[in-house]
Amino acid sequence: MGLEDVTLREKSVASGVRQLGRARPQNPSRDAVSMPSVYRRLSAESLRQALRKMHLIRRFEESAEDAYMRGLVHGTMHLSIGQEASAVGICATLEPTDYMTSTHRGHGHSIAKGAQVARMFAEFFGKEDGYCRGRGGSMHIADVSTGNLGANGIVGGGLPIAVGVALSMKKQRRSCVVVSFFGDGANNEGAFHEALNMASIWKLPVVFVCENNGYGMSTSTERSTAVKDVAERACAYSMPGIVVDGNDFAAVAQAAFDAVERARRGDGPSLIESKTYRIRGHSRSDRNRYRTKEEIEAWLARDPIVAFERELARLGFVSKSGIEAIRTDVECEIAEAIAFAKASPAPSVEELTRYVYSD
Amino acid sequence: MSTPIEATAILQRRRSSVEDTRSSGLSPEPRELSYAQAIQEAMAIAMERDERVFLMGEDIGVYGGAFQVTGDLVHRFGADRVMDTPISELGSAGVAIGAALTGLRPIFEFQFSDFSALAMEQIVNQAAKLRFMLGGAVSVPLVMRFPSGSGTGAAAQHSQSLEAWFAHVPGLKVVQPATPHDAKGCLLAAIADPDPVMIFEHKLLYKMKGEVPEGHYTVPLGKARLCRPGRDVTIVATSIMVHRSLAAAEELSREGIEAEVIDLRSLRPLDRDTLTQSVKRTHRLVCVYEGVKTLGIGAELSASIAESDAFDYLDAPILRLGGAECPIPYNPELEKAAVPQTPTIIAAVRDLIGGRL
Ligand SMILES: Cc1ncc(C[n+]2csc(CCOP(=O)(O)OP(=O)(O)O)c2C)c(N)n1
Ligand SMILES: [Mg+2]
Repeated sequence: MGLEDVTLREKSVASGVRQLGRARPQNPSRDAVSMPSVYRRLSAESLRQALRKMHLIRRFEESAEDAYMRGLVHGTMHLSIGQEASAVGICATLEPTDYMTSTHRGHGHSIAKGAQVARMFAEFFGKEDGYCRGRGGSMHIADVSTGNLGANGIVGGGLPIAVGVALSMKKQRRSCVVVSFFGDGANNEGAFHEALNMASIWKLPVVFVCENNGYGMSTSTERSTAVKDVAERACAYSMPGIVVDGNDFAAVAQAAFDAVERARRGDGPSLIESKTYRIRGHSRSDRNRYRTKEEIEAWLARDPIVAFERELARLGFVSKSGIEAIRTDVECEIAEAIAFAKASPAPSVEELTRYVYSD
Repeated sequence: MSTPIEATAILQRRRSSVEDTRSSGLSPEPRELSYAQAIQEAMAIAMERDERVFLMGEDIGVYGGAFQVTGDLVHRFGADRVMDTPISELGSAGVAIGAALTGLRPIFEFQFSDFSALAMEQIVNQAAKLRFMLGGAVSVPLVMRFPSGSGTGAAAQHSQSLEAWFAHVPGLKVVQPATPHDAKGCLLAAIADPDPVMIFEHKLLYKMKGEVPEGHYTVPLGKARLCRPGRDVTIVATSIMVHRSLAAAEELSREGIEAEVIDLRSLRPLDRDTLTQSVKRTHRLVCVYEGVKTLGIGAELSASIAESDAFDYLDAPILRLGGAECPIPYNPELEKAAVPQTPTIIAAVRDLIGGRL
C-alpha cells in the first residue's frame, strides 16, 4: 500500500463512503479553528490519558519483542507498532462496560480497553497470573473485566461473536455497545459478510472497525480485495461506512464517537475503516519480501504517536515536561510489569485438563 | 534464497533427474533433504511433468508459505501456478474443488490445519461426496496439505491434530507421512490419485532431514511401513509419534524389550493387515498418536484387532497413548504434557510388559 492511499479525499466517493482525516481543511492561523472538534468531546485529561496509552502500547510491543529475542516468549506474536492511534482512538470513546472483540494483532486493543500490562506480560511468559493463566499466550489475551472478550487466532473469528454479544445486549435492554476490530484480511472471510448482514437486519449496536494496514500477511489489499476501500462493503449491508486516517487519533476518535452514538441510540451498526500500517513484520517469521524499505520508511515518517504528541503540545493540552513525565511513567510501568510477570508462578502440569469444562 | 541463475541450474538439474528416473527407474546416489524441501520438490516435479498441476494457498507466493514449504516456487513457476488466495478458506477450497472437477489438479495448502474448520463444508459435503452423489460421473483429483500438530507454542487454535475428523469421511483419503522420503512419495501419489487426498504434515517435522531419492517416485497410499522389527510389543504410531516411538524402542531395547514399530502412514485407506500380522507376532499393542485420545485413531486400531483373529493372540490389554482431553495449551511445559513424548511411551511399554496394567 502506498502513502497516496491515505491522502484522503475530502469529497464523498461514489459509493457514499465518507472520509475523515488529515486532508480536512485546516486553518493554520487560528488554533481554535484547527482544533479537531472531537477534542472538545474528550476532556483534557482523557486526551493526555490517550497519549499515555499510545506510549504504553508502543513500549509494551517493543518490550515484548525484546523479551521474545531473549527467549522469554514461546511461539509467535503479532505486533501493532504503528497502529496505536487506531486502537486508542476507538477505545477512547467507549465505556468500561462496553464490549470489544479483538484479533491476533490485539495487544494494543487490550491496553486501550484497559488491560494491565503486568498480566499481559505474565501471559506471554506462560504464567499463572497471565490473563489466560498461561494457557492462551499472545494470541488469546482477553480481559473480561474491561469488556475485552479476547484476541482471536482465527482471522474473522471475532466478528460473528461480536454480533451475538450485541444481540444479547439488545435483548437484555442494556445500552452497551460492541466494537469488533478486524484486519483488512478478514474482510474476505464469509464470517465478515454474514456478521455485517445480521447486525444490520437486527439493527444491533455494533461498531465494526477494520484496521486496514495494507496487508494480510504478504497479500496486499489490492491483490486480495475487490473494492478499493473496505468501507465500501458497508453499502451492501445498508450501514454507514467511513474511511479514516488510522494514524490520526482525532480522525479515528471522531468516527468512533459518531458510530458509538448511533449504536447506543439503537440505530444499528457502522463500519469504520481505519487506514494504517504495521511497521513490523506480520509475525516473527516474516522476511518482508512483499514490501519495500521505502514504503516502511514513508510510514515511519507518519508515526501516529509523534503526530498526536505534537498536536496536543501545539494546542496546549500537554507541555514538554508533561510529555517527559508520561514517558518516564510508562517506562516505570513496563519495568514493573516485566518484573511481576517474571516472578509469577508457572501453571502446574497437574492442572493440564482444568478449565476445559465448568467445574 | 537462490539467485535466478542458481534457480535455473536447479531447474535444469531437476529436469534431467526427472528424465533419468523416467528412463532408468533408478535413483542415483542418496542425498538428504528436509521434510519441507521434499514436499517442495514433489510439487516442483509434479508441476514440471503436468501442466494441469497448480498450487493454491494463503501467502504461498513471495512469502513462501507460513512454513516455507512452497519457498521460491513462485519464481520458478509464476504467480499463475503458485496462486496466493485471499484469506477465504471456505471459498478457495471450493474453487480448488471446482478446478479439480473440470480437468485441473490443484494442490491446496491450508496455512494451518486448524483453518480447515472454516472450509469443512466444501471438503466434507462437496469434495468427499460429489463422485458418489453423481453416480461416478465425476471425480475430484484434489490434494490438500495441512500443517498440523503442537510443539511450536502457537496455542489452541494453531496446534491441533484433526486428521481423524477427515478420516471419518468416506470419499476422502487421509495420509500422514512421517519422513522426508514419504512426504515426497505420498504427495506424488496423491497428485496422481483421482480422488481427494488430505495430507497431514507435522510442523515439527518440516526441518527434519532424511534420505530422499531424486526424481519421480510414489509411496502407495494406504500401506503402513514396518520401521523396526521386534518380538515383544507392537507400537503403531503416526507422524511425529513414529520418531518418538523409534526413540523409545531404542531405549527399551537396552532394557531387553524389543518393540516392533509400525508407521501407519495412512488413516484412510487403513492398512489393517500389517497391523494384525504384527500383533500376531508380538502379542501386545500400543497405539501412539497426537490427536485427542478419546474417539480417535487408537480406538479404530484397537477395534481392528478386537474384531480380527489377532485378538486371540493378545497377552495384554491394548494401550492407547494420545493427546490429552484438552485444547493445546500455550505454556511450554503444559504443551509438552498434552501429547505423548518419548518418556511417556517408554514408561507405558514398560508397564505393559511388566504386567502392571
Ligand atoms: C482463518 C484463518 N486463516 C488464516 C490465518 C493465518 N493468518 C493469521 S493473521 C493473517 C493475516 C491477517 O491479515 P489482516 O486481517 O489484515 O490482519 P493483520 O495481520 O494485517 O493485522 C493470516 C493469514 C488465520 N489465523 N486464520
Ligand atoms: Mg492487515
